Amino acid sequence: MNVPSDLRFNTSHEWVRLEGDIATVGISDHAQEELTDVVFVELPAVGRAVDAGDPTAVVESVKAASDIYAPIGGEVVEVNPEVEANPALVNTDPYGAGWIFKLRVKNTADVESLLTPEGYIAQIS
Amino acid sequence: MSDLLKRSPLEAAHIELGGKLVPFAGWNMPVQYTAILDEHSAVRTKAGVFDISHMGQFLVSGEGSLEWLNKMLANNVAKLGIGEGQYTFLLNGHGGVIDDLIIYRTGENDFFLVVNASMIEEDFAWFAKHQPESIELRNESELWAGMAVQGPESSAVFAVVCPGETLPPRNGISKTSTGSIVCRTGYTGEDGFEFFSPAEEGGEWLKKFVAAGAKPCGLGCRDSLRLEMCYPLNGNDLAPDRTPIEAGLGFFVDLDKGDFIGRETLAKQKAEGPAVKLVALQYTDKGAPPRAHYAVFSPEGEALGELSSGVHSPSLGTGIGLAYLPSAWTKIGTEVRIDVRGRQFPAKVVKKPFYKPAAKA
Repeated sequence: MNVPSDLRFNTSHEWVRLEGDIATVGISDHAQEELTDVVFVELPAVGRAVDAGDPTAVVESVKAASDIYAPIGGEVVEVNPEVEANPALVNTDPYGAGWIFKLRVKNTADVESLLTPEGYIAQIS
Repeated sequence: MSDLLKRSPLEAAHIELGGKLVPFAGWNMPVQYTAILDEHSAVRTKAGVFDISHMGQFLVSGEGSLEWLNKMLANNVAKLGIGEGQYTFLLNGHGGVIDDLIIYRTGENDFFLVVNASMIEEDFAWFAKHQPESIELRNESELWAGMAVQGPESSAVFAVVCPGETLPPRNGISKTSTGSIVCRTGYTGEDGFEFFSPAEEGGEWLKKFVAAGAKPCGLGCRDSLRLEMCYPLNGNDLAPDRTPIEAGLGFFVDLDKGDFIGRETLAKQKAEGPAVKLVALQYTDKGAPPRAHYAVFSPEGEALGELSSGVHSPSLGTGIGLAYLPSAWTKIGTEVRIDVRGRQFPAKVVKKPFYKPAAKA
């Protein structure tokens, strides 16, 4: 199971990469494997303000729809059009080309409340 | 809770082969092994094997079986030669579907029926209620393990697993020298066969089919495969308040064979035209996967009905579904909208089936 050491994780399986005050969000390798083939991604509107825990995007596999929650509060500043065109990127490259949206976070310290890679590994094992 | 789940005789073999078991229609069954799209593609291009042990098997025998079954079922049993099968319906008094099933004639007065898993008790009770003394009716569902091998390479798989044996012709039934029953039908649109072995031998047969090249498949892709073919799912697309005429399955109803339960309603609907019809809907562009119970609207926003089934079609790469719509909205090409969590995706009524498999052997 791939859990990169430089990311933080939400208990609901989103990952966060914080660079400055921009947080890139996607779903974990474990989550994509559980969901199996992703066939549709519904992206949020750019400019939308979200609080931590808000359903912000939807990832659908053949089996079911899953809400993707904002791991921390902020404003949606960018979405990944590539995953809309090719949803399988979420399966094949969940931490890279399969990212879903970027937030300009209100409080960068909020990221500290998320799971560390070790904490996330403990949760999923 | 898990104690209430029925267990397939193939369960140990599924676990050994890596199947992911989940509760399904009261049974602990594999929904997938690797991924639904993988397994779907294996059946369309090579061969896959499904556990269908949850389905029920009834035997009917005795003088007058044919005449009795013809009163109980919508299709014409008299058209079956020995060794032949047909798709048919068990209807209630209002022409509504209790179950869809396949009946095979195995002797002059002997019949083998394969019914849906969730309907075994109800079907049996309905038959038993109408059973004359001269007819023997047996529920053998517990005795048989069932596997469906489906896909263009399924004949080759059979040849490896059962050397020297011959597959029955399309829609036929035969018995192997080892005492298993082989039926040449299927629920995927591909060439294939269903194999019923004594329950205790099931796991070994499953492993033999896999070793011979059939990919083990879960029930997840069985749903996408059958929906691409517009094969109805009982409980979704077929229901006690829907008739085969409304479902567009009049081809499997014989109104000329004499009286049968439900005939009156069907004859009236056929003469007058049904008020609603089950249509095939396909997205005109990409969209969120449609699923059962999603609402269907007209482009002007009028509520027309809801999907009885829906799925992302792996073969077409877009959303497909079935819905009962008012007859005025069922013409091929009619534009509608499918509502997914408040967002509407354009779709249109298309010709059935959604997918045409390669020519069968």
